[in-house]
Amino acid sequence: MCATCGCGPDSKTTYQLVDKDENNGHDHNHQHLHSHEHSHTHDHDEKHNHSHPEKKVIDVEQDILQQNNLLAERNRGYFDAKNILALNLVSSPGSGKTSLLERTLIDLKNELEFVVIEGDQQTNNDANRIAETGTRVTQINTGKGCHLDAHMVLHALQGLKPKDNSVMFIENVGNLVCPAMFDLGEKERVVIISVTEGDDKPLKYPDMFYSSTLCIINKTDLLPYVPFDIEKVKANAKKVNHHLEIIEVSCTSGEGLDKWYKWLKSKVLQPEVVC
Amino acid sequence: MHELSIVMGIIKIAEDYAKAADAQFIDEIELDIGALSGIDMQSMEFAWTQAIKGTMLNGTTKKINTILAKAKCLDCEAEFEIKNYFDACPACGEHLIAIMQGKELKVKSLLVS
Repeated sequence: MCATCGCGPDSKTTYQLVDKDENNGHDHNHQHLHSHEHSHTHDHDEKHNHSHPEKKVIDVEQDILQQNNLLAERNRGYFDAKNILALNLVSSPGSGKTSLLERTLIDLKNELEFVVIEGDQQTNNDANRIAETGTRVTQINTGKGCHLDAHMVLHALQGLKPKDNSVMFIENVGNLVCPAMFDLGEKERVVIISVTEGDDKPLKYPDMFYSSTLCIINKTDLLPYVPFDIEKVKANAKKVNHHLEIIEVSCTSGEGLDKWYKWLKSKVLQPEVVC
Repeated sequence: MHELSIVMGIIKIAEDYAKAADAQFIDEIELDIGALSGIDMQSMEFAWTQAIKGTMLNGTTKKINTILAKAKCLDCEAEFEIKNYFDACPACGEHLIAIMQGKELKVKSLLVS
């Protein structure tokens, strides 16, 4: 069992590479029981007297998320070495993460090389939608888990083998709380909210907005029909994180997508040419 | 419920250190938890009682040091305590603040025997 994932002893995280031509067809199911031992050796020179145990204090001073953070840095090193731009997409369920992805993958197909990791508790539904666009995708099913962690991404990468210089989208489990704490090794964290949600969301779920670099406000075509104050949500988001960039889009009408695409392309680094 | 993942992380760290020190029992564990660390203490308690069963932390006294969140205003440089990320500077009312402390989440020490 993996200490960072928190999945119960009975739950198994599964990884499935979804092929466009074999949706739900052949089972490429790789199950990892999360029994990876990361051995640490700590040398303490104290003498022990086992017959008369004495109390002693061990100064630990260790970050509880250290194991996840170390694995995240390993993922980050892999991404850097292959010049992959990794983005962690987070939001509550139903904000339109997958729709935004589908649209982006299709619109920029001829300009950028994409690869996707999908995270959900159950089903390959999202990966099937992504595979339909012709993009290479691995679905992680967390079982009972409420977030992706760096360990799961590491395993997903092993099957996915992303190409050099590609853009990798990691669509996290729909949840505005738990994924905030888990670094996956991404370069940018993109939080997506839609106008059908409350405009106080950045204040109610500040951790996610604080840890993100870009906020996309989706479904702006519905603004005339909902009591959503877009200036208020922007002000609220900026109160939580004054570095946060904000882009308004509608996947349905296409409005604002050019700004998102411009932002995305600005983050893609050209590889250093070795002579 | 990421608090369960956090508790599992605590158990792993505590058992690793205790075993490395050849300890039989963990009498006390001391945790530093920042006010802005993203931990809900009620969820943490619930996850704790369930997760420690059958581990070396079963029966261990848990001491939690709550670290207050402090920020510095990037405009007027005032330093102050905050309760939320979106709190404004009490001196000038600006939201351009940098968080100095309050995001801690660590196992500080163990008392073992």
